[in-house]
Amino acid sequence: MSAGDDTDDRPSAALISHDAGGFAEWLHFRLHRGRLAWAAPYILWVATRFSGRGMVIAIPYGFLLAFFLIPFLIVLKISFAETALAIPPYTDLIEMVDDGFEYFVNIKLNLGNYWIILSEDTYVRAYLNSAKIAAISTLLCLIIGFPMAYAMARADESIRPTLLMLVILPFWTSFLIRVYAWIVILKTEGGLLNTFLIAIGVISPDDPLRILSTEWAMYIGIVYSYLPFMILPLYANLERMDMSLLEAAADLGCRPIKAFWVVTVPLAIPGIIAGCFLVFIPAVGEYVIPELMVGDNVRVIGRKLFTDFASERNWPLAAAVSVILLAILIIPIVLFQRQQARLQEAGQ
Amino acid sequence: MNTASAARVPFEPWNDPKAKPYIRIVNVTKTFGDFVAVDNMNLDIYQREFFSLLGPSGCGKTTLLRMLAGFERPTSGRIELDGVDMSTVPPYERPVNMMFQSYALFPHMTVEDNIAFGLRQDGVPKEERKRRVEEMLTLVQLTKFGKRKPHQLSGGQRQRVALARSLVKKPKMLLLDEPLGALDKKLREQTQFELMNIQEQVGITFVIVTHDQEEAMTVSSRIAVMNHGRIAQVATPTEIYEYPNSRYVAEFIGDVNMFEGRLADVAPDHVIITSADAGTNIYVDRGTSAAAGATVWVAVRPEKIDVGLIAPDDPAYNCIKGTVWDIGYLGNLTIYHVKLESGLKVTAAVANRTRLRDRPITWNDEVFLTWAPDSAVVLVS
Repeated sequence: MSAGDDTDDRPSAALISHDAGGFAEWLHFRLHRGRLAWAAPYILWVATRFSGRGMVIAIPYGFLLAFFLIPFLIVLKISFAETALAIPPYTDLIEMVDDGFEYFVNIKLNLGNYWIILSEDTYVRAYLNSAKIAAISTLLCLIIGFPMAYAMARADESIRPTLLMLVILPFWTSFLIRVYAWIVILKTEGGLLNTFLIAIGVISPDDPLRILSTEWAMYIGIVYSYLPFMILPLYANLERMDMSLLEAAADLGCRPIKAFWVVTVPLAIPGIIAGCFLVFIPAVGEYVIPELMVGDNVRVIGRKLFTDFASERNWPLAAAVSVILLAILIIPIVLFQRQQARLQEAGQ
Repeated sequence: MNTASAARVPFEPWNDPKAKPYIRIVNVTKTFGDFVAVDNMNLDIYQREFFSLLGPSGCGKTTLLRMLAGFERPTSGRIELDGVDMSTVPPYERPVNMMFQSYALFPHMTVEDNIAFGLRQDGVPKEERKRRVEEMLTLVQLTKFGKRKPHQLSGGQRQRVALARSLVKKPKMLLLDEPLGALDKKLREQTQFELMNIQEQVGITFVIVTHDQEEAMTVSSRIAVMNHGRIAQVATPTEIYEYPNSRYVAEFIGDVNMFEGRLADVAPDHVIITSADAGTNIYVDRGTSAAAGATVWVAVRPEKIDVGLIAPDDPAYNCIKGTVWDIGYLGNLTIYHVKLESGLKVTAAVANRTRLRDRPITWNDEVFLTWAPDSAVVLVS
């Protein structure tokens, strides 16, 4: 390739125009095609670094690259596009420009989708509502899951595998079937719960419990579905705990209930954090449970995303919704990673 | 007896009929299902003692210690501490502290917080707590490590934090479960002496569980040798070693040569045993409870046996002829394995007091093994 002076050899990315106005904000970049060759030596350098050990490490990275980073980049790309009546239904970001004089690659970034999301109340509310629902569900899972994990970890060693199996067992049936089963249980007319309560005379047939289609049903569904994700890391943590620490606490004059708070709980924090993230992160984007258990009058970001994507066929907007969702979730994920790294350093 | 303590007033409350035992274990039995861990045990321990429970694994020593701490309740019997029945008192109300084999340091707390934990439970005010933690850190020489977490310490330092944590409440009795088990040999030997010094400084009664007989010999005022949930012998280290009361104790503590024989002559101040095993008559200048004609065992420690090439002048007693079967040079000692005509092998340990002398004794030499009349012990069980 032609070796010009080194400043010129870099890609010249220049902000060409910036039409701020309404929903269409455009960023234009111009790249000279021929000059992309600057990357070649770097790629070669990376390739030579791969030893056998490098290859082993490369496998998980390769997996993440193929199934996380690349799909994400595609979504990111779509989020900067515009809707179009085409297949796929969005415009291309990159266009080749031949102005008869020079040959350019033009990159157009549409920031309008982000603008819509951040300025429209319904989206902001949906994000906040999803975060609230996820937070409450996480808390409920912790409150219910901790005693269960604790009981499992302190149960006789011979029955622990059975108890563990019972926690995992629901995964053997489809998630959808389990959610539908809850609908059958909670239905107002002829639901299992109402039928039972009426039969034993706790409530009158004229005034059945209205749970389905309320937020209660959604919380029941989410907590039920995600509880194992809370229990399993907690159980793994509590089961590993050195019981002599509790004896030491008792020996030093600490009553069992207090020892639970000053020894067991602090030592379970890694398990609590892991469990909370495993519940919170998927619960924020939860779509199916609110949709089935509540229906139209629930405003969660997952439903909004689905409507934009499927009903409105506005892929770029839906992509932007999910990019923002990821950006929000990255904060707890990074915190989680940092916590894990610190624990590893502490040798626990 | 013990040269180190010869200058001081001997500390032997167990020989004083007026002394009141501080800890009384009365008819204590502990069973787990069918397994009898501790079998109708009676034991008195006195204040300021450094008392060792010694025995192989599964002998019930740890169960006994855990009953003293309150983690296990006796199936039957009574444990008294300073005149108070402790049997039903939960561990968090006992004036007793324990140093755990695993140390059981709280991994989420600093060294200071670990040590202060017990004081905090008692509601000791902050100023005093700080002062006492400081004191303990000085005692175990860890003043610079107060802010560290347990995982940032070496094994020896952790051991000392555990000791400080269990001492800071000034318990009436400190229980130590294999306290030096996790340390390497050099550090262990050094720490044994530190432990003794600390015990003398704080004046607390120590009860230690160990399977290491050397450790028990070094640190203890008295040792209880245990076997299958029972006490085989309780005595000072010297007595245990020099005058074991059974073959089990003799063989558990140190190396020993055992000759089976028959009591030929019993007098108040000596006994004579004829032994086919040894091929000689054995003279022991100490009486025995057994009657003439009974089958007994004579125990002789290897280091009490002399090895010579020339027959002694008076070979009527305590003189065995044999052939050198094997020689082990250990540096400080040379171990001779001598095969007798009866086929029995006898071990003799000879101190190498002079440097690199010509070895006068070598393989297949015919040698004479002799020992003094006060060097052997007659065992009836």
